[in-house]
Amino acid sequence: MNAPAKSPAPAAVQATSTFALLRTLSVVSAICGVIIVVSYLATLDRAKANRRLAAERAVFKVLPDASSVKEYLALPSGEIIPAGGGDPPPGALRFYSAYDAAGRFAGIAAEGAAKGYADLVRVMFGYSESCHCIVGIGVVSMRETPGIGDKILTDKDFLANFKALDVRLKDDLSALANDVKVVKHGVKTQPWQIDAISGATVTSRAVGKGINDAAQLLLPRLVPRLDQLREKS
Amino acid sequence: MSGPSPAAFSMAPPSRWEEFTEGMWRRNPVFVMVLGMCPTLAVTVSAINSISMGLATTFVLAASCFLVSALRRLIPKEVRIATYIVIIATFVTVVDYAVQAISLDLYEALGAYIQLIVANCLVLGRAEAHAARAAPIPATLNAIGMGLGFTLGLTMIGGVREILGAGAFFGIPLFGPGFQPWVVMVLPPGGFFVMAGWLLLFAVVRRRLAARDAGAVRSAPAANSGACHGA
Repeated sequence: MNAPAKSPAPAAVQATSTFALLRTLSVVSAICGVIIVVSYLATLDRAKANRRLAAERAVFKVLPDASSVKEYLALPSGEIIPAGGGDPPPGALRFYSAYDAAGRFAGIAAEGAAKGYADLVRVMFGYSESCHCIVGIGVVSMRETPGIGDKILTDKDFLANFKALDVRLKDDLSALANDVKVVKHGVKTQPWQIDAISGATVTSRAVGKGINDAAQLLLPRLVPRLDQLREKS
Repeated sequence: MSGPSPAAFSMAPPSRWEEFTEGMWRRNPVFVMVLGMCPTLAVTVSAINSISMGLATTFVLAASCFLVSALRRLIPKEVRIATYIVIIATFVTVVDYAVQAISLDLYEALGAYIQLIVANCLVLGRAEAHAARAAPIPATLNAIGMGLGFTLGLTMIGGVREILGAGAFFGIPLFGPGFQPWVVMVLPPGGFFVMAGWLLLFAVVRRRLAARDAGAVRSAPAANSGACHGA
């Protein structure tokens, strides 16, 4: 008679009570939660400052006259609002308005992205109002093959495409007058064409497509309202 | 992971120094245990990336092993994996924030592999096989040693890949403009080549040493086992 009375005891020792399980998980989650929140708050300012600096550096590279930058959002309704903290409203396009040392409007910079050979190629381009053209590009991020795809950073002939790449709008300002097109190396005839790097066609196309897609969306919203950006507020 | 403790050929419980150096050489995570291969092969395109990745992993290892060890009497075994993963994920998040605050360029270079530390077999393996059974100080020392061993392994691979693939070491050009980089070394196959090269070298050295003191019969390569290669 002793045996049946004893047998529940080892089982009770082995099985952990539901309460203990819940308590452990709650305590551990609470500790971890506190650690995460504290480190988030501690690094937030530095991370934000880093991101702003990186964006500014990229803008200065594509708009050589620029010496200060303001970040804006172009809403689907056509409105332009300063970019604040938090998530932008859906459909909003982020762009940077640049000013020279005297505070005069120096152009617009924005980011475009398209799939390259390995991954997304993200490019920043600078738009100058006086020639309605793109006056410089920089690569924000890419994972293209070293020695092949990454020639878009260094190839002089390729970069010459972006000294004055025509992105003029149609008369009704609804879209670009001519799509930005990447053409085979050596057959560029029009100012809106991009002469691809031979051997790195896929990456060259990604740059062109990224610029075209972004410009098609952004410029029709922006060009009618450029006066709004002229004053450095 | 292999056996419950490294006591295979030591009678006494390991001293603190032994705990610390275990991962540096005798059971180096990269070259002996062959754990955490995903970051090992993916981010070692340059020496600086390798060191950063190694140190990030070291921090996660040390902090999570400390916490796991400190809480080991509180954690019921039914929910231990869930608990370890929550703890590890916490410190990975901390590292993620920290790297963003330190350098955005580094953050871009390491990409998703920072977040993927959470799935690094080495970290969960150490928490489960060592920290859950040891007091906080030895557990943390062992984790730091393992982390530094991992960093060493990564840097040895990354250094070779950078020298051959980019003609530079820590970003300093070595060979002048005439050097034609071996581009394959900074592509994914290069990671396998260099890893294999080091493993071959260590195997040859180990065999030479074993042949030299054939008197003492010791099967050092027995430590080379692992349940979760890859990750």
